[in-house]
Amino acid sequence: MAGQTLYDKLWQDHLVKSRDDGTALIYIDRHLIHEVTSPQAFEGLRLAGRKPWRTDSVVATPDHNVPSDAAERAAGLDGIRDEIARLQVQTLDENCRDFGVVQFGINEPGQGIVHVIGPETGATLPGMTVVCGDSHTSTHGALGALAHGIGTSEVEHVMATQCLIQKKMKNMLVRVDGELGPGVTAKDVVLAIIGKIGTAGGTGYAIEFGGSAIRKLSMEGRMTVCNMAIEAGARAGMVAVDQVTLDYVKGKPYAPKGEQRDKAVEAWSRLHSDDDAVFDAVVELAAEEIEPQVSWGTSPEMVAPVNALVPDPAAEADATRRAGIQRALEYMGLNAGQKITDIKLDRVFIGSCTNSRIEDLRAAAAVAKGRRKADSVKQVLVVPGSQAVKAQAEKEGLDKVFIEAGFEWREPSCSMCLAMNADKLGAGEHCASTSNRNFEGRQGYGGRTHLVSPGMAAAAAIAGHFVDVREMQKEAVQ
Amino acid sequence: MKAFTQHTGLVAPMDRANVDTDLIIPKQFLKSIKRTGFGPNLFDELRYLDEGQPGQDCSKRPLNPEFPLNFPRYKGASVLLARKNFGCGSSREHAPWALDDYGFRAVIAPSFADIFFNNCFKNGLLPIVLEEAVVDQLFQEMYAQEGYELTIDLEKQQVVKPNGDTIAFEVDGFRRHCLLNGLDDIGLTLEDADAIRAYEAKRREQSPWLFDAVK
Ligand code: SF4
Repeated sequence: MAGQTLYDKLWQDHLVKSRDDGTALIYIDRHLIHEVTSPQAFEGLRLAGRKPWRTDSVVATPDHNVPSDAAERAAGLDGIRDEIARLQVQTLDENCRDFGVVQFGINEPGQGIVHVIGPETGATLPGMTVVCGDSHTSTHGALGALAHGIGTSEVEHVMATQCLIQKKMKNMLVRVDGELGPGVTAKDVVLAIIGKIGTAGGTGYAIEFGGSAIRKLSMEGRMTVCNMAIEAGARAGMVAVDQVTLDYVKGKPYAPKGEQRDKAVEAWSRLHSDDDAVFDAVVELAAEEIEPQVSWGTSPEMVAPVNALVPDPAAEADATRRAGIQRALEYMGLNAGQKITDIKLDRVFIGSCTNSRIEDLRAAAAVAKGRRKADSVKQVLVVPGSQAVKAQAEKEGLDKVFIEAGFEWREPSCSMCLAMNADKLGAGEHCASTSNRNFEGRQGYGGRTHLVSPGMAAAAAIAGHFVDVREMQKEAVQ
Repeated sequence: MKAFTQHTGLVAPMDRANVDTDLIIPKQFLKSIKRTGFGPNLFDELRYLDEGQPGQDCSKRPLNPEFPLNFPRYKGASVLLARKNFGCGSSREHAPWALDDYGFRAVIAPSFADIFFNNCFKNGLLPIVLEEAVVDQLFQEMYAQEGYELTIDLEKQQVVKPNGDTIAFEVDGFRRHCLLNGLDDIGLTLEDADAIRAYEAKRREQSPWLFDAVK
């Protein structure tokens, strides 16, 4: 018998029951919830008179709707000016109270973007199944967990039964081998992967990211890569457990300690694909060939290296794709063949569950240090992913570096990643953003998003247009 | 959940690939704590010329005359014909809620994003995958013939064209069963409560750190 992949093992470990029709009941260890996709699920439980199966598996926090502005935030619930949004956050409070669910409330120390606080508190651990009514739940796969985004009906289902009905996915290995060049980060790796396989390339698969370049990434970097597995169409992305994982988990508030940890480490150490495991698809990239990436279109697969040109739809043979490129260029206000470095920015956003961890903020601060944002850039938002990230950044003085550069230092939230709170792009504005989606209107009605790494975003803020961050890093050294 | 057995309805086009959930229902409408009322904001940014806000009376907003769902010929459509990777992006169930609330009962496309596909079944909305060439043919026929209707027969797993030709489609057994009978998954899963408890007891013994850590 061929060996098992990491996904096969995680699946097997959580299988409660296989049904004849190919579906299975998969046991869920950790259920994360936020204010946007949970109210209807709680309402469903109430209507049916059901109770949560295991409240100690659930952790809640508000993130999408909470203000990033310090003054508004200090006022707590009352600081949320949008009444409908306020009601949603309040509803989460009430639901958590009524059903006995642990919540990191709006201004509590544990609060943050749900995918940032899971790993950082040890609420998500290797070997777990993790679900959340949010597609970027794939992030937690970086710990060697099986993490799926689910819809609201499934949130209700998991709450009521502790199980998810799933069909086993196929296995894909994305292997990145070699050394990443200086200035090239996890974000560039994952954008390059999506550029290669497309936004539907991973549909129906669980993707394992492997290879020497992935192994060399920090946990933060691995989270960035797994976070965007969904942008490649895969509901789950994961990285095998190794020493980096074990070191990361050690000492986290909810992680096992002492004897329990020894036992856990033993169990976690088998969480990798066997040497003879068979994947249904394998994609390979050479790390040396990956350059800093910038998305030019309205889908994460529409990316190019920073020194490339905006593509010409006329060169595309496939009619649907050609029309897609044409429409994207019109929406983005770009011309075929123009230099990406000629794209001017109106705003810059550094944040989101993709790139708001301490390492991301350090990378942005390294570029911003001793420089100032271009006058033509109206606003540069830096939004830490959690209260813990914020505290750490302030301890390191990163907040001062940003403020001196003319950037704004904000409160933990999703903020301009999807513009549900007050942070938005105006129509026609171009934004260099460290988030994960450049869909039409994602960051504000008519807004134009370019996905980049934190270093690239900071460099663009300084220059006023895209630049190769490696040039700026060279300058800093000289 | 409402059952789906057979449905005949007018077909409307969403003729572009990679239609994402932000396009299906923009984020400002996700602030609602209800499951209903999203229909008027389905495809909001394409349908109207202004920026929509929750709670607004959409009947007074300027319509985009170039968006097919605003054409008189597609009024009352209940089958949506779409392209590759429909429903990509977020997990928001508000997307199928909006399609359902607008009046769609089925979406036909060459492929769907996983989470969206799954969410549809939970809401009595049937996503049907057909080969790209077949979808292309349907687009052509629909454009050529005003009032083009399709019948979707879930029992027989076929789409019936106006001329009586049939196209077979695949659907997984469990989902088909739930949809035909309008069954609630939670009730079905709870029939296996003993198996879940037995699994849980074993897991607690093997990996005690997964239990009662967060309180
Ligand atoms: S930061 Fe963006 S992608 Fe991440 S959970 Fe929040 S809204 Fe979703």
